[in-house]
Amino acid sequence: MWNWEFAVEALPILLRGFVNTLIATVVGTVIAAILGLILAVAIRGLPRWINWLVRLLVAFVRNTPLVVQLLFVYYAFSDIPGLVDVPALVIGFIVIGIHYSTYMSESYRAGIDSVPPGQFEAATALSLPPVRTFTAIVLPQALRATIPSLGNYAVAMFKDTPFLFAISVVELVTAAKNFGGSTFAYTEAFTLAGIIFLAASYPTSLLIQRLDRRLATY
Amino acid sequence: MNDNVTTLLNFLPQLWEGVQTTIILTVAGSIGAVLIAIILGLSMTSPSAWLRVPARIIVEFFRGTSLLVQLFWLFFVLPLFGFDLDPMACGIGALALNYGAYCAEVVRSSIKTVAPGQWEAAIALSLSPTRRMIRVIFPQAWALMIPSIATLLIQLLKGTAVVSFITLSDLTDKTTQLRQSTGDTMFAFSVSLIIYFALAWLLQELMNFLERRAASALGRRRPNSRTDRREARRLARADAVRRDRLASHAAANEGANHSTGADPTKNPFPGQGGGL
Repeated sequence: MWNWEFAVEALPILLRGFVNTLIATVVGTVIAAILGLILAVAIRGLPRWINWLVRLLVAFVRNTPLVVQLLFVYYAFSDIPGLVDVPALVIGFIVIGIHYSTYMSESYRAGIDSVPPGQFEAATALSLPPVRTFTAIVLPQALRATIPSLGNYAVAMFKDTPFLFAISVVELVTAAKNFGGSTFAYTEAFTLAGIIFLAASYPTSLLIQRLDRRLATY
Repeated sequence: MNDNVTTLLNFLPQLWEGVQTTIILTVAGSIGAVLIAIILGLSMTSPSAWLRVPARIIVEFFRGTSLLVQLFWLFFVLPLFGFDLDPMACGIGALALNYGAYCAEVVRSSIKTVAPGQWEAAIALSLSPTRRMIRVIFPQAWALMIPSIATLLIQLLKGTAVVSFITLSDLTDKTTQLRQSTGDTMFAFSVSLIIYFALAWLLQELMNFLERRAASALGRRRPNSRTDRREARRLARADAVRRDRLASHAAANEGANHSTGADPTKNPFPGQGGGL
C-alpha cells in the first residue's frame, strides 16, 4: 500500500508546489489585511446609501464560493483580448485576498467597536485631528483585539489555497494530484500533502492561541 | 443580452439539476457534519481521557488538513484500499468530516459555556448523566451554538463548489457549461453567484428560525434579532427627536430669561455657571 520510493520521489515535487501555496497565503493575507481595514473604515465613514451598497457587496463576496469567484475572474481575464497574460497565481492571491478581506473587515469592525468610547472623547478633547486619532489612538488598541482573529483567517486561507486547483495553479494539492496522475501513487502523494498541511497549520494555530492569550486585555 | 436570456431559458433544466446536486450535498453534508460535531463535541467534554483524547486528535486532524486533500483522499486513495465510493458519497463524506470537525469545537465550547449552576442543579436533582445532558445542558448549549454553526454551514455550502473537481456536476460545473454555451463569462457567473447567494440567504434564514425556536424553548428570545434591532432604531430615533425638542425648548427659555443669545449646544448645562 505504502511505497517509500514513491514517497521520497514525491516529496520535492510537493515542496515545490508548497512554495506556491505559501506565496498565495502570504500575499493573500497582506491584501486581505489591508483591504479589510479599508473596508471596515469605509463602512463606518461613508454616507448611508453607499454604506448599504458596500455592505451588500461584502455580504455577496462573503456568501458565494471562492472557487466560483476564482473561475469567474480567471475566465474574465482570459476573455479580454490583447491583455498581457496575467499568471494564474496572481489572479489566485488577488481573489483569495479580496474574499478574505470581507471576513477580516468584520474582525476590524469588532476591534474598533471594542475601543472604549472614552478614548474617542479624550482624543477629541485633546483636539487631535481625526486621522491622528485613528492611527495613534484607535487603531493600536483595535489591533490588539483584532490580530488573533486575523491570524485565524490567515490559517483558514492557507487551507483554502488548494481551491487554486480550479484555475490550474500548481500548488501543493495540485502537485500531489499531478504526481498521483502520472505514477498512480495517489496514496503517498495525498497523504504527504495532508501531513504537510497539518504540520504547517497546527503549530500556527497553537501559536495564535498563545498570542490570543497574551494580547487579551481582560 | 437577449441571446443570453434565450440560452439561459433553454439551459434552465440543466441548471436546476446542478442546483439540486448542490442542495443535496449541502443538506446531507450539513446533517452529517452536525451529527459528527455532536458526537465529537460531547466526547471532548467527557471526563474520560479515553474519549477526550481520540476525539481531540480526530478534530485537529480534520481541521488541520485541507478540505480538498480529504476529498481527493476519499476519491483517489480509498479505491486503492478496496473501498469504492461513488463521487456523491465522497463529496458528502469529505464535507461532513471537515466541517463536522469545525462544528465539534463549537459544540464543545458551547457546552462548556452553559452556566455551572445548571450542572450543579441537575446533579442536585440527581438526574442521570444522560438525562442531565439531554434535558438540561444540551438544549441550552444548542441555543448558544446555532449562530456559529450557521456560519460554518454557509462555509459548507460554499465548500460544495469543489465537488466539481471529482466529476460531480453541481452548480459550479453547470456554470462553466453555461459560460461555454453563451460565451459570456460575466452573464454565466453572475447567474450562478446570485443563485449561491440566494441559497446562502435561505440557509441563514433557516438557521435563524432554528435559533428562534431553540431560544423560545428555553423561554428566551433570540438575541439581536431583526425585530430587536428595528425596535432599537425606532427608540433611538424617538430619543433623538425628544432631545432635539428639549434643546430647542432650552434655547427658547434661555432667550426669554437672560436674552444672552447663548448657543445651547455650546453650553450643555445652562444655569450652572454658564457665563464663566
